[in-house]
Amino acid sequence: MSTTAAPPPKKVNRIGLDITGYKGGRTTLCAGCGHNSISERITEVFFELGVTPWRVAKFSGIGCSSKSPAYFLNMASGFNGVHGRAPAISSGALLANRDLLGIVVTGDGDTASIGIGQFVHMLRRNLPMIYVIENNGVYGLTKGQFSATADLGSKQKSGVANDQPPIDCCLLGIELGATLVARSFSGDKKQLQAILKASVAHRGLSIVDVISPCTTFNDHEGSTKSYAYMKDHDEPLHDVGFVPFYDDIAVEIGEGEVREVTLHDGSVLRLKKIGHDHDPTDRMAAIRLLHESARSGEVATGVLYVQPKNETLIDQMNLVDEPLATLPEARVRPPKEALDRIMEELR
Amino acid sequence: MPLSLDSSMSTIEASPVASRDDRQQQLITNDFSIQIATVNGSGSQTANSVLMRTIFQMGVPVSGKNLFPSNIQGLPTWFTIRASRHGWIGRRKQIDFLVAMNSETAREDVLGLDAGAAAVYDEPLKLNELRQDLHFYPVPFDKLVAPVCPDARLRRLVRNMIYDGVVASLLSLDLEEVRKALVKQFGPRKAKAADLNWGAVEAGYGWAAKNLRKTDPYHIERMDKTAGKIIIDGNSAAALGAVFAGCTVVTWYPITPSSSLVESMIAYFRRLRIDPATGKATYAVVQAEDELAAVGMVIGAGWAGARSMTATAGPGISLMSEFVGLGYYAEVPAVIFDVQRVGPSTGLPTRTMQGDLLTTALLSHGDTCHPMLLPGSPEECFTMAQEAFDLAEQFQTPVFVMTDLDLGMNNWMSDPFPYPAAPIRRGKVLSAEDVERMGGFERYRDVDGDGVGYRTLPGTEHPQAAYFTRGSGHNEKAQYTERPDDYVRIIDRLKRKFENMRGHVPRPEVVFNEKAKVGLLYFGTSRYAAEESRAQLETEFGCQTSYFRLRAYPFTSELPGFIDRHERVYVIEQNRDAQMLALMKMDLDAARIARLRSVRYYGGLPLDARTLTDEIVIEEGL
Repeated sequence: MSTTAAPPPKKVNRIGLDITGYKGGRTTLCAGCGHNSISERITEVFFELGVTPWRVAKFSGIGCSSKSPAYFLNMASGFNGVHGRAPAISSGALLANRDLLGIVVTGDGDTASIGIGQFVHMLRRNLPMIYVIENNGVYGLTKGQFSATADLGSKQKSGVANDQPPIDCCLLGIELGATLVARSFSGDKKQLQAILKASVAHRGLSIVDVISPCTTFNDHEGSTKSYAYMKDHDEPLHDVGFVPFYDDIAVEIGEGEVREVTLHDGSVLRLKKIGHDHDPTDRMAAIRLLHESARSGEVATGVLYVQPKNETLIDQMNLVDEPLATLPEARVRPPKEALDRIMEELR
Repeated sequence: MPLSLDSSMSTIEASPVASRDDRQQQLITNDFSIQIATVNGSGSQTANSVLMRTIFQMGVPVSGKNLFPSNIQGLPTWFTIRASRHGWIGRRKQIDFLVAMNSETAREDVLGLDAGAAAVYDEPLKLNELRQDLHFYPVPFDKLVAPVCPDARLRRLVRNMIYDGVVASLLSLDLEEVRKALVKQFGPRKAKAADLNWGAVEAGYGWAAKNLRKTDPYHIERMDKTAGKIIIDGNSAAALGAVFAGCTVVTWYPITPSSSLVESMIAYFRRLRIDPATGKATYAVVQAEDELAAVGMVIGAGWAGARSMTATAGPGISLMSEFVGLGYYAEVPAVIFDVQRVGPSTGLPTRTMQGDLLTTALLSHGDTCHPMLLPGSPEECFTMAQEAFDLAEQFQTPVFVMTDLDLGMNNWMSDPFPYPAAPIRRGKVLSAEDVERMGGFERYRDVDGDGVGYRTLPGTEHPQAAYFTRGSGHNEKAQYTERPDDYVRIIDRLKRKFENMRGHVPRPEVVFNEKAKVGLLYFGTSRYAAEESRAQLETEFGCQTSYFRLRAYPFTSELPGFIDRHERVYVIEQNRDAQMLALMKMDLDAARIARLRSVRYYGGLPLDARTLTDEIVIEEGL
């Protein structure tokens, strides 16, 4: 006996789109690659928050991670540029059109090595965008060399140990001006989702460093960026909850163990204490926490630092409200009298 | 022109002064150059500008060149002012009138002069002991400056104005014009400083009139050849052009000699581009961390639809190489000003060269080619800034504007700039309505047969508007591909697009002389020397020439025809390796290449006519 019941209607979000509107192309990364989980989280987050996909602009550098923007949000414009230079391209584009919601997805090679100059100066500018680092400690496309985020003593597949100290991109972020800094693990679906949602709601530069194991070159015994290592050493600071601005849910008060941070768009970040009592608005505490975490070999994850009220580059520049890119000629070409006056002064 | 001086004339101390009548025949009017040798950081720039402006206000064509070191304070610097009644405003090789203010270089400065030249100098230097064949004018600067400048700390600066007064007296400058120039230079806000300096000018003038006996032949006489003209440097002109072109995003990394281009833009932006309704900026300027970031932001902004640009010099061009290849391959509009200086490496950072032509034309790895506009005047810096943006958006590719230090940083006489006649052209950009009507689009499909596809801007409100831009292999639909046929199709179309640009870049300025067997081909700042050299060749050697002033790369259809009409064409350029000639050789057939000759100068100073003439005379066996 068979019935020909129609498939259940797909769930739609608050702007009436179902999740297919947020999907990208089929991934060409390895099976089990942490980056694929991150692409899935990004897809879900933008869908669940009801972000208009064509308002988003995706950016990346070069490497496995930088292929990711092709695997989510097909309806958003994307720009896969040159190695380490996604900050420049995204900064230019977001200055040209301040209405875009920019998301950069790059790797640890992009961010901590070839493009570290661009990375640190991007931090200083605090131009609103989400900057995701898919951090696996190796160069996958060139077959497994250490990156600059590989931990001291972490081993390559061949057994060779890394003998240089790692660069902590979150520490740099906090130190140099990012206004939301978080670390997560590609295997922690719930935490990563909540952090990404917070970064969408945040106005300012968000740095999201996600430990994302490379199953082919860095998932073995002795690696500190493997699934097994993260299962043992991931130390969430708090349960990260996110209440979007459009949800009229009365927030339970009185648990005592929850820190709440109201973000720019009115959404609320709810951080429920687990073991630590980390105040993410305390910059010095966040820096101390990361140093301690590095010493202990544990990987502290969660929202490390957030400063919801901040001055962005757009504010500093006092830009007009409309995108610069499409201002009409009358607003960008001064009148003839203005030129005549200048010519007169030069006579 | 050789100086027609009586050989008996030497220092004023030693020789009897010629009678007024004798000197009448020997006067050299409005055709000589003045060099002021100072120490940089001593504030001489103001005094030099006032001198130049005074001559300009007296209606005499003039140019000013600052020869300065890569240093903030304390090293020698020379400012050369050329007055030319014929209107030649290129560099003159010979110095006729020296103001030796720098004790470090004074000896060498004086020994380098031709016989018969004049030299004003600081009395204690005793330069008159060095030679017998010059007109020396010792001036006690310290004694003169003390009474007019009670504040001892300011004397070092004000002292320069004394020589303005002395020179004004010796060259018969109109003192009222000096005053006007000084007031203009200081502006209304610095009236007090202007007064102090004016006192120094008067002191110098009065002292010279009373104490110096004029023995040299040089003087300035009022003409009417500068009426309506302006004085401006090429960088300011380019900045103005970009501001009137509707540029909205500028990113840069400071580098000599391009820094003042962006600094001028910032000043003009603040003045002209604050939205009157809201008080907000219709522009964004980012001083980036390096040239890679600067050009990366330009490409990001261009991709998002802004008219975006950067300005740099050779070292910056080298650093921008990878990104420019991306802009070419991913087809993103961008405008890059290259104010060329002497390379390779750091080279001579404060000297001029046309040295980045070959690098820039082919910048980046793989098969690449980029259009270059070649302004030959401040006015063209202004107009070509606008043309560059139109071309970049029309052809969706990086466009270079190749100026140089001589054009960019020196002051030039120019006609006032015309207000842009045509509206801004934004190229093939699809709106949401267009996408809806077309039912989607393919970013890299050559729909119109001109090699240029249609693009959308990120943020276009339509589900089918977005596409994925990448520097890796892509097909017409902007999808990733490594297929040989896909790659070849796209890269061949890019070549067709480049070919198509030949019909759209600025045309050359060509003059055929029916009697000429020889053609001169030049571009950029070489034009000033080349035009004067043509006159020298004709008047001194009876050699008639045609000329072709190249204004863009890729070359336009006029080039082969010009070569065909001459037995020999001299390609004049300011680099060692004949870079422009090399580009021509890539384009032309063997028969035409055989007619091309190369004339090069690459010493770092602005090119002068005599150097060219001498070279061509030898080549032609004249």
